[in-house]
Amino acid sequence: MTTAAVPTADSTEKSVRRGRSSRPATGVGRPGFAWAAPAAVFFGLFALVPLVLVVVLSFTRWNGLGSPEFAGLDNWSRLLDDPVMVKSLWLSLLLTVLGVVVQTPISILLGVWAAGRQRNRAVLSAIYFVPLLLSITAVSVLWRAVLDPNFGVPSQAKWLFGDGNLFGTQTGALGVLVFVSTWQFTPLHTLIYQGAARAVPGVLYEAARIDGAGTVRQFFHITLPQLRNTVVTSMILMVVGGLTTFDTVLILTQGGPGTDTTNSAYYMYQKAFKSFDFGSASAIALLLVLVATLVSLVMVRLTGYDRMRSTMEGV
Amino acid sequence: MKPRPNLLAGFGSSVWLFVVGLPLYVMLIATFQSRADYAANGPLAFPEHFTLDNYVDDLDGGFAQYFLNTVVVTVAVVGIVVLLVPPLAYAIVRSDGKATGRVFRLFLLGLAIPSQAVIVPMFYLINEAGLYDNLLGVILPTAAFAMPVCALILTGVMRDITPELYEAMTVDGASPWTIFRRLVLPLSKSGLSTIVVFSSLQAWNGFLFPLVLTQSSENKVITMGLYDFQTEHGVDIPGLLAAVVLSMLPILLVYLFARRALVQGLMGVGGK
Repeated sequence: MTTAAVPTADSTEKSVRRGRSSRPATGVGRPGFAWAAPAAVFFGLFALVPLVLVVVLSFTRWNGLGSPEFAGLDNWSRLLDDPVMVKSLWLSLLLTVLGVVVQTPISILLGVWAAGRQRNRAVLSAIYFVPLLLSITAVSVLWRAVLDPNFGVPSQAKWLFGDGNLFGTQTGALGVLVFVSTWQFTPLHTLIYQGAARAVPGVLYEAARIDGAGTVRQFFHITLPQLRNTVVTSMILMVVGGLTTFDTVLILTQGGPGTDTTNSAYYMYQKAFKSFDFGSASAIALLLVLVATLVSLVMVRLTGYDRMRSTMEGV
Repeated sequence: MKPRPNLLAGFGSSVWLFVVGLPLYVMLIATFQSRADYAANGPLAFPEHFTLDNYVDDLDGGFAQYFLNTVVVTVAVVGIVVLLVPPLAYAIVRSDGKATGRVFRLFLLGLAIPSQAVIVPMFYLINEAGLYDNLLGVILPTAAFAMPVCALILTGVMRDITPELYEAMTVDGASPWTIFRRLVLPLSKSGLSTIVVFSSLQAWNGFLFPLVLTQSSENKVITMGLYDFQTEHGVDIPGLLAAVVLSMLPILLVYLFARRALVQGLMGVGGK
């Protein structure tokens, strides 16, 4: 790998010259494809090959031992008849929608607020950032402990939490999942909005102030419209993250009570590594990718994001 | 700018500080008291008898080994990323061939692939390669999944190098390798530190690949240690939270030293 990553100048120049013989001047001194090849091969092997393989596996029967057998559409037709599967898809969508609805306003407000440059904001932003550094595992374990029905905070604040067992009802368990994701990922989106809010031209605010617009009006008439692209970026991240929520479910609720928080990503894990039905698991995984891609594409289209030039810069 | 007090924003940001701070406070004070004290006083009380036993017990109970394994995985992942991504980014930014453009689009596609999508085939491939329950089997996919973000960050940084500098060196007859070494790498230092921070964060916090691709306790990483602790001794909350603190200490240290690199990287991904 080491030698391949650093191709000799010699070979690169030759390949460039061959490809660009009509315009010899442009290719000279430029790196050729060989420079990208090691990374491309590595990435292809460990990310793209599996992605292709998941399609193949979704048409096979495989229990983890021996080799997969071709099974046609069997996995797919069984999934369509599987009530837990249908429920899990709805739960995935519900968790995603709730995540977007809760996280977006908080992160916009915090991000715009943090875009100011006073010292206390910088310090607070640094503190707000901490949850993002922790692994999802650590965050889930932490909240599981904090919300423990017997030893956690709910046992001391019965006026707020009732009998204290948040994990015992579907509403409670879903609420915990949405809350914990919000706790961890709001900093990321806050940061994204903070960067974008700083890029809003100051003249717009000056003009608004001369016209006598207050803070609230400035926020709704200048800041929000200027953040439009960023809202789409951030929401797409939330949608993909929300649809694939897994670690939180595994650690906080184990899909329960019953199957009330069994979302598709968790169901896929169960199918594969608890029931050893790797074919069905592959089909669910593929379905998730398709839904996530579709939702992202629809969002990009509907908002006209792809036609805005500024977003294409640097991509 | 005229500083005007915005009471609403001040109130809102204080509420959020409470939301972020309370669980961190509960976590820290819990780790410094015995199980009996914690059970008796509740999660919000300040510890009466200060003790470090929870940390000592965790380290004796396997976390030292998990820690070491995580260090191995992290260093290896960062090594692979740092070796492969800079030449890739350089080719993407400077090559005029069509192939590199296509490669870049594949990496962008990679940004959208969640690791759950490939976990079953990954399990299959790693098994076939004989790398199941081997740290190398965790390292390889983790590095691959860290690459798209790093490529995006680093191409952004390399695009900011002015074309005149490249041209000046080309006129002097410098080869791509010389330009890479003398011009691109020195001017991409900030980007390089960002991808180091990023890939180490991803490797350190990785969960799904270790969960599915390792099994024995000598190959466990620290996130797996946490998960097992919680399923096996979930009632020992001070011990569990001490393990959480141990798992995040190195990251917090990195954050103190490399905050700028991290924040710039994240802003670069989503901003504008």
